[in-house]
Amino acid sequence: MRSTKSILVLAGFLLLLACGHVLTARAEDPGPASAAGASGPAAASVSASPSASDSSGSAAVLSGVLVSADSAGAEATPAEGAVRWFDPKRANIAIVVAVFFMLVLVFIRQAGKGASFFIRKIAGLDAIEEAIGRATEMGKPVLYVPGIDDVNNIQTIYSMVILGNVAKLVARYETPLIVPVCRAFVVPLAEETVKQGYLDAGHPEAYNPNNIRYLSDEQFAFTAGVDGIMLRERPAANLYLGSFFAESLVLAETGFSTGAIQIAGTANIHQLPFFVVACDYTLIGEEFFAATAYLSKEAKLVGTLKGSDWMKILLIAALVIGAVLETFGVTAFTRWLIVQ
Amino acid sequence: MKKELPLLITAIFGSFMVIDYFVPHPAVSAVGETLQQWAIIVISFSYVLGVANIARINGEKISKRSRDWPFALPLLAGLAFMLGVGIFGGIGQGTLFNDFYIYAYTPMSGTMFSLLAFFIASAAFRSFRVRTVEAALLAAAAIIVMLGRVPVGAEIWDKIPAISDWINNVPQMAAKRAILIGAALGAISTGLKVILGLERNYLGGE
Amino acid sequence: MEKLDRRYIFLVILLVVLVPLIAPVGLPVRVSREVQSAYDAVAGVPDGSKVYFAADYDPSTMPELHPMALATLDHLFSKNCKVIGACLWPGGPPLLEDALRRIGELRFGKKYGVDFVNLGYKPGNEVVMVSVGRSIPATFPADFYGTPIEKLEIMKGVENLDDVSMIVNISAGYPGTKEWVQQVQSRYHVSIASGCTAVSAPEYYPYFQSGQLAGLLGGLSGAAEYEKLVGKPGTATRGMDAQSLGHLVIIAFIILGNIFYFASKKKAP
Repeated sequence: MRSTKSILVLAGFLLLLACGHVLTARAEDPGPASAAGASGPAAASVSASPSASDSSGSAAVLSGVLVSADSAGAEATPAEGAVRWFDPKRANIAIVVAVFFMLVLVFIRQAGKGASFFIRKIAGLDAIEEAIGRATEMGKPVLYVPGIDDVNNIQTIYSMVILGNVAKLVARYETPLIVPVCRAFVVPLAEETVKQGYLDAGHPEAYNPNNIRYLSDEQFAFTAGVDGIMLRERPAANLYLGSFFAESLVLAETGFSTGAIQIAGTANIHQLPFFVVACDYTLIGEEFFAATAYLSKEAKLVGTLKGSDWMKILLIAALVIGAVLETFGVTAFTRWLIVQ
Repeated sequence: MKKELPLLITAIFGSFMVIDYFVPHPAVSAVGETLQQWAIIVISFSYVLGVANIARINGEKISKRSRDWPFALPLLAGLAFMLGVGIFGGIGQGTLFNDFYIYAYTPMSGTMFSLLAFFIASAAFRSFRVRTVEAALLAAAAIIVMLGRVPVGAEIWDKIPAISDWINNVPQMAAKRAILIGAALGAISTGLKVILGLERNYLGGE
Repeated sequence: MEKLDRRYIFLVILLVVLVPLIAPVGLPVRVSREVQSAYDAVAGVPDGSKVYFAADYDPSTMPELHPMALATLDHLFSKNCKVIGACLWPGGPPLLEDALRRIGELRFGKKYGVDFVNLGYKPGNEVVMVSVGRSIPATFPADFYGTPIEKLEIMKGVENLDDVSMIVNISAGYPGTKEWVQQVQSRYHVSIASGCTAVSAPEYYPYFQSGQLAGLLGGLSGAAEYEKLVGKPGTATRGMDAQSLGHLVIIAFIILGNIFYFASKKKAP
């Protein structure tokens, strides 16, 4: 199994390199005049753009198309006799995305077949059960804030998965769980998730729908509402897991003033410093995404995590190779990777 | 079909929008443009549903005399007032709607945001403890960057802005890039799972 | 002393910020590379060309971002650029209207519908960005006042982002700078200069370094630097004294906090 994984990874990387080599090797062959970026008046491109001949080389390799793609609004002209079914300027992205998707799907499949993958300890996640235990001992509720963004945000979806696990834990300990919600559409999702958690723990009667509280869509009105809940009901554990913005420090500082243990996690990196300063544990960036796999051990979640990890390894290898090549003046690899 | 239909819609439209990025053919672009217009229309309707939800939840609060029900009264009154004034009186400059926006909503929003300045100061005093070498480096970097971002830093020592820029452009940027890449990979993989129907939590509990 | 009531800290911050606003010191503002680059990008736009102004902020971030909107609009109108403004935040349109009228109409005598337009708010976040790249009339069929855009002179010949010279984005968060770079700059390669809150700015430095952003204005200091470059000091410049003192006081609190911490550690057995 190890060797299969390794071969797959190696094959993917070699494919990346081979495509890059072929695409840049055909850079000598000039194609028909192309827009090479925007076609409108004075629309300056600020990213370093390879020459037009690079893109037509790509076209020859990938689709046999002679005309390189231009920006929005342009159409293939019948006079050129070409049907453009693939934008050769985006070949680099297509290949990288395809490799990533392949890795994720392969690892999900392997996890589904029972393969065991190592996930390192994440202190913040281990602390969740400790925090809930503390709240139970003190006879106080647990406060779970699933972020302020809507259902379409990936972080909110992940937050709901973690909420399900938290709901199971609090149901087992018979600790009240308060979930203030910022968006109307998240309310039914939170209600279903918490109800299911209580059901899975075997305590459906303990579920209290009044504890899922829709406060306001407005960012700071919601923040004021949550601060009010913290100051009045004095939860012993505050969990901030989701998408947060400027209100993060206001929430965390108020929570600190009540003496609660606080665990935070968000992929909004500009808010991380505030959570790190004010909370006891913080899940940084993708640790938050890993939380769902860590807590549930579900095959698809663990497989996704491993796929992402291996993709990072490939990216690191590409960075090192690119840096070495650039140092020796070989720019083809870098130019191929630039988004055109 | 309650779960299958949304999954099918997600799979078809999600895959199509990914393909649309790579296929410049006019037929594909035309369909992609239409789908984007549909998305804007559906998202616009979500505001209507949002208002209906606010009215329903707060109305129930008032009728059942639930916890904090008196606060629901000014909320609903404010909502109805601003809607009415905006629809019947217009929303441009000089209208009553705009006056409430400038003289009530704007200062209240700005005030809540400005609380951060006070909380940052108290968090800095309380939590910024130099217990380890790493914490000392962090404190030093924070002080240099804070001074470098404002005019007084250059007045204290003219090299501070340059050191601050180096901290921002080299170590800080390297760390930010790494976190950005990691978070982006996490988001892409979740998007893939949503499109393929492997991730169904957004449909509600299973 | 370590457990100092935080209300004393709040009081010190209040005084330190309030006093310089009333009695300014006038510390000189130094222009950073990112802001200079944004200024040069706007200066490089041909006079009279059309620019898309994305005002993605609302009243909560108005103190920090409105000054940079005013400064960048001043620069654009001084070059007789035509400004097409739009918002992806629901609270944004009245602020955009205020900025356009204050600078365009009152300061430069420009005419609505001819020299500038406010297309208002459209929900959809990234979907709207990509849609605008394809077709602005399809995305914004009418302006903020409900006037069909085919009746507006400024919109003649403007089909999509190919027909504008650059995008100037003022962003408070999501959707904002990152999404404009990811969805628009990578697809349509339009030059983007962006202004954002100080807390978000470090996140966007990688985009500036890679060339995906033509320039970056970070927070109130970025706005003050741009005001200096256009030669019209305003609210941001006045706020820099307060910000300077505020930063000094926070540094003092950090040092004080550590002094008390180590002193109490020594005292404890």
